[in-house]
Amino acid sequence: MDQHSAFEPDAAEEDDLVRLVTRDGARTDTHPEYAARVAHLDTDALRDMYKDMSLVRRFDVEATSLQRQGELGLYPQSLGQEGVQIGAAHALATQDYVFPSYREHGIAHVRGVRMSNLLRQFRGIDHGGWDVQEHNFHLYTLVIGSHALHATGYAMGVQRDGLVGTGDSTRDTAVVACFGDGATSQGDINEALVFAAVNNAPVVFLCQNNQWAISEPTARQTRVPLYQRGLGFGIPSVRVDGNDALASHAVMSEALERARSGGGPTFVEAYTYRMGAHTTSDDPTRYRSRAQEDYWRERDPIDRVRLLLEREGGWDDAFAAAVTAAGDELGETLRADVRAMEAPAPESMFDHAYASENAVVTAEREWHAQYEASFEEAAR
Amino acid sequence: MSTTRMTLGKAVNEALRASLETDPQVMLMGEDIGALGGVFRVTDGLQKDFGETRVVDSPLAESGIVGTAIGLAMRGYRPVCEIQFDGFVFPAYDQITTQLAKIHNRSAGRITMPVVIRIPFGGGIGAIEHHSESPEALFAHTAGLRVVSPSTPQDAYTMMREAIASPDPVLFFEPKARYWDKGEVDLSLTDAAMLDSARVARSGTDATLVTYGPATHVTLKAAEAAAAEGRNLEVVDLRTVSPLDVRTVVESVRRTGRCVVVHEASSYFGAGAEVAAQVSEQCFYHLEAPVLRVAGFHTPYPVAKIEHDHLPSVDRILDAVERTLAF
Ligand SMILES: Cc1ncc(C[n+]2csc(CCOP(=O)(O)OP(=O)(O)O)c2C)c(N)n1
Ligand SMILES: [Mg+2]
Repeated sequence: MDQHSAFEPDAAEEDDLVRLVTRDGARTDTHPEYAARVAHLDTDALRDMYKDMSLVRRFDVEATSLQRQGELGLYPQSLGQEGVQIGAAHALATQDYVFPSYREHGIAHVRGVRMSNLLRQFRGIDHGGWDVQEHNFHLYTLVIGSHALHATGYAMGVQRDGLVGTGDSTRDTAVVACFGDGATSQGDINEALVFAAVNNAPVVFLCQNNQWAISEPTARQTRVPLYQRGLGFGIPSVRVDGNDALASHAVMSEALERARSGGGPTFVEAYTYRMGAHTTSDDPTRYRSRAQEDYWRERDPIDRVRLLLEREGGWDDAFAAAVTAAGDELGETLRADVRAMEAPAPESMFDHAYASENAVVTAEREWHAQYEASFEEAAR
Repeated sequence: MSTTRMTLGKAVNEALRASLETDPQVMLMGEDIGALGGVFRVTDGLQKDFGETRVVDSPLAESGIVGTAIGLAMRGYRPVCEIQFDGFVFPAYDQITTQLAKIHNRSAGRITMPVVIRIPFGGGIGAIEHHSESPEALFAHTAGLRVVSPSTPQDAYTMMREAIASPDPVLFFEPKARYWDKGEVDLSLTDAAMLDSARVARSGTDATLVTYGPATHVTLKAAEAAAAEGRNLEVVDLRTVSPLDVRTVVESVRRTGRCVVVHEASSYFGAGAEVAAQVSEQCFYHLEAPVLRVAGFHTPYPVAKIEHDHLPSVDRILDAVERTLAF
């Protein structure tokens, strides 16, 4: 297999791609309609994005080392996808609701989820980890594709609540479903596109095409660029350079605005790259080349924002030092938080199996309590 | 007879290899089974040796995998599908229960469905949600499907070869926590009866412990611990949950008069309920005590840090043994 043709976006794909900043940090003038959507972002706003991206990357590093130290069972990095995640998250309104998959640490962070809480699940002490209503950010969903239907149904609820197209920017609500390239093969994703289209639901499908579904390249899932899938369902669809935070922000703000104003769903394919392993259990050397990883390392989304800031006079040593300091602080908090996270009491497994009283669970809970007590008696 | 020492995972790999070698209609399909060799490396090296049309990295869609396997089977192929983890079989549940299980019957026997669905299952590996489930009873409840689970490398090898040779669809539940267990395997051992028959894994006289798959290991450990206290327990490894080898179980319980069923799946409506019913119907006058079950609880599979409170343990098995002996 020719490694290069297998991963370099070909000319046609590049043509389709919305990009506002080149990898050297220079603004392009190829998409003025999208450029207008980020024109209001001043240096402080760009710095905020840079800082969030850097913090998420630091989170990856810390969580990975916590996993190596045995503090976590597993960890999936978002490494390389910070551009699309932070760009998209900065376009959300407070009332918007996000359904993540399991790699959306960047979006979680911007939604205000305490980052250590993202690790509760990976430490094996919690099936969730945060209050979804507090952050309008649903729990991670591990069964590929399921939550795209939930997002669509949630959006249908928003519609019925009359919170679409009121013109009140503090009330009009959009819903976002995040999923990967691999997920696009699942029936649930395709059904979600059907339901969203026929209901004109205020939902944005954010497909992060990181080019790999564990060991399978996107070519195992599709013969056309993925955004064209959305078109087939009658849904406006865009392909954006996911390593360009600004372009991601612009494309997502257009899509969110369409949803909130009653214009219905949008399919956004963010073309990016999974720079790390699938999870800490994975071994990418079995299926992809160093050359490919190197190629994408040169297109690092965080470098791109730094270069942009440098070009536009928004970068200085004090800012760089502040970001590093914030990262160090995050690292310390994470390590302390995670190490302090205790396993739940065994009998907690009987909690919340049902919302109402359940005779089977009650009987088993009682049996378990007696059984545990019998050991304590024996020990006495 | 010559044997080789290998892990249970490797034994499945060898069975797949031998089946691919001997029958050109056999093919494998699943997510990440090619270059990666599957997340558990069970298909390691097979795509390299048999090519991409016989060992297929499928799109990420379980319903698609099983649905197309059904079509391939109609066309004379013998697909072996890998479901990456137990909790991810459900997108294919419709295809398995409404189609795969019924096509032979609907076609008045004209069409057979020689499809194997491999599912690494069970807990105890510290995994995240949906990676530790034991959904075998859901399939055993469906007529038309065979449901089996080996507990040793030799059984894994021979049962896989027989599952692939079977004209009926087989749900092949692989005890993932035991993938790395080693044992002697005779690669020439084929035995069609193995798909229908339980195995007495340990002979004893005081009580019969009935188990299968991943729980066999802990059940044997419990029997050893009991032996140290002078209890002589028999352990029956079912190997097949559907059809159940009722005869072997009944024959054992008639001798011992006592029966404890052990499995990881919830006891509520689990395989143990069927075993207990069969035993009470067929051993009523031989029973000295009610049939007991040691199994998971009627809760979602808990988080990894407390999963060992959900799983059958040596202590919980011994507790049940004491109760049945004291009755
Ligand atoms: C229904 C289902 N099948 C299989 C899996 C196992 N699995 C976990 S992640 C993954 C690949 C997902 O790829 P993609 O959708 O591209 O998302 P990415 O991991 O790249 O973010 C697979 C096959 C799963 N979680 N759910
Ligand atoms: Mg992917």
